[in-house]
Amino acid sequence: MTSYIYPKFGYRRSREQAEGIVKRHPIVVIGAGPIGLTAALDCAARGQPVIVLDDNDTVSIGSRAVCYAKRPLEIWDRLGCAAPMVERGVSWNVGKVFFQDELSYQFDLLPEADHQWPAMINLQQYHLEEMLVAKCRANPLIELRWKHRLLSLKQGADHATLAVETPDGIFTMEAQWVIACDGANSDVRKMVGAEFTGQFFQDRFLIADVAMKADFPTERWFWFDPPFHPGQSVLLHRQAGNIWRIDFQLGWDANPEEEKRPERVIPRIRAMLGEDTEFALEWVSIYQFACRRIDNFRQGRVLFAGDAAHQVSPFGARGANTGVQDIDNLAWKLAMVLRGEASEALLDSYHEERAYAADDNILNSTRATDFITPKTKPSRYFRDAVLELARHHGFARPLVNSGRLSTPTPYVTSVLNTPDHDAMMGGMRPGTNAADAPIAVDGKPAWFLHCLGDGFTVVAFGKVSDKTEIAVGPFAARLILVGRDIEDPTGLLAQRYGAAPGTTYLFRPDQYVAARWSGFDEAKITQAVLRASGHDAADRTELAA
Amino acid sequence: MMLNLSPNIADPDDFYAELINSQRDLDEEQALRMNARLILLLANHIGDRKVLTEAIGCARRGGG
Repeated sequence: MTSYIYPKFGYRRSREQAEGIVKRHPIVVIGAGPIGLTAALDCAARGQPVIVLDDNDTVSIGSRAVCYAKRPLEIWDRLGCAAPMVERGVSWNVGKVFFQDELSYQFDLLPEADHQWPAMINLQQYHLEEMLVAKCRANPLIELRWKHRLLSLKQGADHATLAVETPDGIFTMEAQWVIACDGANSDVRKMVGAEFTGQFFQDRFLIADVAMKADFPTERWFWFDPPFHPGQSVLLHRQAGNIWRIDFQLGWDANPEEEKRPERVIPRIRAMLGEDTEFALEWVSIYQFACRRIDNFRQGRVLFAGDAAHQVSPFGARGANTGVQDIDNLAWKLAMVLRGEASEALLDSYHEERAYAADDNILNSTRATDFITPKTKPSRYFRDAVLELARHHGFARPLVNSGRLSTPTPYVTSVLNTPDHDAMMGGMRPGTNAADAPIAVDGKPAWFLHCLGDGFTVVAFGKVSDKTEIAVGPFAARLILVGRDIEDPTGLLAQRYGAAPGTTYLFRPDQYVAARWSGFDEAKITQAVLRASGHDAADRTELAA
Repeated sequence: MMLNLSPNIADPDDFYAELINSQRDLDEEQALRMNARLILLLANHIGDRKVLTEAIGCARRGGG
């Protein structure tokens, strides 16, 4: 039924299981999906050896996550794997919303000019995972262990003990830290007894991957109540290699087993595409969804990321995109703690920042779901009224909500931020992810984000210092001067950062702004770096002395 | 701006008659759908989020 050949990664017995020795590893990741594999790559990029356990030995079945937004692409670029994803995937900007048989509203994600990565790509999850697996395999710090199923997890004071089952039987491993990326039905979450609460939606969706040569443009098309599927919604997305993804809303009363049968699915697709379009069904699945999150992203020695930590409805592509950003936030903090440069308190900021982002995602995806699946007759009347009015009047178009697409949530309230004291220009407030801009290095074109991401980085506009780094307690922050190390030939960097001569920004290892000033002051920078790495006020005074 | 709860319509009887007459030939569902469109049109015209919140609250409390 499918044109994609699923790779088999192959089980190998580990030495520690063969020899019956209990080894303690710094980081063990549970689950080799997009989030677990990204976790391995990011921890390894920060110098930490990682073991990944997965109970299977292949990639995701079916296209699943599909849409990847600009911020995850920037993160994967930092890890050296975005270019092949964009090359293989399908870039798109335009979304169209239809109500019954008419276009109601259309949006353009309008990627800002002079950014390296597109606003959004579509790529089947199996292609993405295959690329991430290849990248992990090429990294000597990463060991992928397939057919390794976690049976139990016991928390200790400074490690967790894992019982793991393989085709060779059961053995024990220890981990200083566990990153649980084992999805919405996370076993690890049950093992640690964490709460996972929120709202379930009484609706079912049929998702199908369809191979066809069609002349639909490369756009996101969303229908409310179309003639070919009355009373429900339908979403169409183009993916790589002439594979199209179609989501049909079925309603709560649909029988999932019945609806999955090809003799039920094919007529639905034929009604949509017309009698003359030839297509082949690649994969079908039925899902229902919930919006919920774990009570705390950190449970002792276990850190939760991706769907294991939060689940959202699919409208807005906020699942995998959020999970990748969890890892972006976690990996540098975990590496600092393991190197002894920060206390475990830094990991509590992982919960603070990413639970804040998860709540924002849940809010957005719940609102989209309430629009797509009105719960009551009066709310359906309002929804239909919006769609009717949107055809004729601009005012109603912003109210149409077929999913607000994933953008990074700024950590505006984070304890790691140093609040602005100077009168600063522009929107790059502490807690915001760094905006990219074209720059020049040694006279050659380059991208600003490539300067960031390797530890703390201070960027100042103008030749304000002779140094190349600033020592901060047990570590150092790199110092990059615009006009010495990098050039801003188009002026876009200064424009995007509201910069004047002397303007100084401190970026965290995940490329977020931690602090900014109108002038260069080493003492202030030192304090801000210590604050952004989780050192409390007493700590900061001692380390800065 | 606050939600204006003082008389503000110049010709109240005429306005009320127009509102009722506009739905005279509609069945209940058609009228409710029209009401939804009307609320959205008026809400956008008002625009002020604080006023809209006050109006929603006032209506929800039974007008009191």
